[in-house]
Amino acid sequence: MSKVLSVKDLRKEYGDTIAVDSISFDVDRGEIVGLLGPNGAGKTTTINMILGVLEPSAGTIHIEGLDITTHRSQAIERTNFAAVYAPLPGNLTVFQNLRIFGLIYGVKNLSERIEALLKQFSLDAFRDVKCGVLSSGEQTRVCLAKAMLNSPHLLLLDEPTASLDPAKARDIRARIREFAGNGAGGVLWTSHNMYEIEEVCDRVLFLSKGKILLEGDPKALRSDYGKMTLEDLFIAVADEPTALGHE
Amino acid sequence: MMNLTRASAIVLRQCYLMRGSPARVLPLFAWVAIDVVLWGFITRYFNTVVSSGFNFVPTLLGAVLLWDFCIRVMQGVTTAFLEDVWSRNFLNIFATPLSIAEYVTGLVLTSIATSCVGLIVMLVLATTVFGLSLFDYGLMLFLFLLVLFLFGIALGIVCSAMVLRFGPASEWFVWPIPAIISPFVGVFYPLSVLPEWMQYFSHLLSPSYVFEGMRMIISGGTAPKTMLLCGGSLAVMYILIACWVFARVYRHAVRTGLIARYSAETLS
Repeated sequence: MSKVLSVKDLRKEYGDTIAVDSISFDVDRGEIVGLLGPNGAGKTTTINMILGVLEPSAGTIHIEGLDITTHRSQAIERTNFAAVYAPLPGNLTVFQNLRIFGLIYGVKNLSERIEALLKQFSLDAFRDVKCGVLSSGEQTRVCLAKAMLNSPHLLLLDEPTASLDPAKARDIRARIREFAGNGAGGVLWTSHNMYEIEEVCDRVLFLSKGKILLEGDPKALRSDYGKMTLEDLFIAVADEPTALGHE
Repeated sequence: MMNLTRASAIVLRQCYLMRGSPARVLPLFAWVAIDVVLWGFITRYFNTVVSSGFNFVPTLLGAVLLWDFCIRVMQGVTTAFLEDVWSRNFLNIFATPLSIAEYVTGLVLTSIATSCVGLIVMLVLATTVFGLSLFDYGLMLFLFLLVLFLFGIALGIVCSAMVLRFGPASEWFVWPIPAIISPFVGVFYPLSVLPEWMQYFSHLLSPSYVFEGMRMIISGGTAPKTMLLCGGSLAVMYILIACWVFARVYRHAVRTGLIARYSAETLS
């Protein structure tokens, strides 16, 4: 499998505060990697640096071999994201938002692509509805449709199912798995839902205080550390990272 | 390399927003129309009380029209930028392949469209209702409009940079800026009436050359080409400086994380 994302010695400091502390990891094509950690662990900071909206203090980020610092536009063309804290403008309709972002991402056959995504994410009925009046779950689906517009090679999802009901969340998980399974791209996924992470992710990275403490297959990790569930492992890492033998 | 399709997405966004929003369409022409009507009647009144036979219409009403055009251009850029502030869209918009040059180009293209609406309304009202003759300015009118357009663009980009740097609340610094500049550029009076220290600033502002030139033409003379060249060169220089300032501010916002957490206003 080829790498779609390669992060090396990535660091972000805000004055004396170290938000991300020299982390390195890769995401392969067709792979879903979970980025886990307690609030303030540095997950969103990492994602923002990969998206090019936050400058790292040190380290490099390559998307399909393109350095985000020197080839930003070309690298970001292959990327997309959906985050619970970044809803699309509420004063535009679902179709208008998708059209505008489709133009920005240079999507070919945009009209057909939008129609396909509206169907795929069950948004047909909301095509001409302003995003601001949609429920949070519907807005999340619009964000996911936007994230899929350019068939990204690297998909960044920051708590993508946080406001979805269980049925819709399961449906979205299946779609993301399908996306990765096709081998078109890799996914970096953050979530606080450990059951979801265990179901979806091929590999997880446990982040605490800006450092990667654990890395591996989510099912194997919990047994390796003698925990019943991934959630137990998460709590152990969040509460006492040193108990796992890491500083 | 500049991708105009990406820049056009910013224009399309503004078109979508205007299509369903009278609150956005009305200001394009309502305030300039009110200004023209108000100053139209004032000039008519002045023409009746001053016995010298001096025609105030091309001097005062013409000046109002030109200055309002400059303000509209500035607000065209700033308002398009503020749409991203109001809808908290920075993260979505700047996490795309859109470059800063393409984004600013989109804002400028939007401003060209919106300011033209205001200009047309002002011209129709001023000529049909108050008898302003554009022939009074001759071909120089196009140069006047060009210099004011360039200055308005520069001002709009700087104001957008200011809001990006200091947060959403600094929007309120933006709106009075034309009013602060107007005494220095001599919209209604020759620069010679200003105290010397104000005149120094006036000579640094490109609209000053437009209004001085306009008055020269109205009084039967000609506006020296060097004067307008000076005004035009200054305006071009201001655009380059404005783009540099915006790029610097954006880079600062990316370095500090302000783009991702813009509602926090400042992270320093």
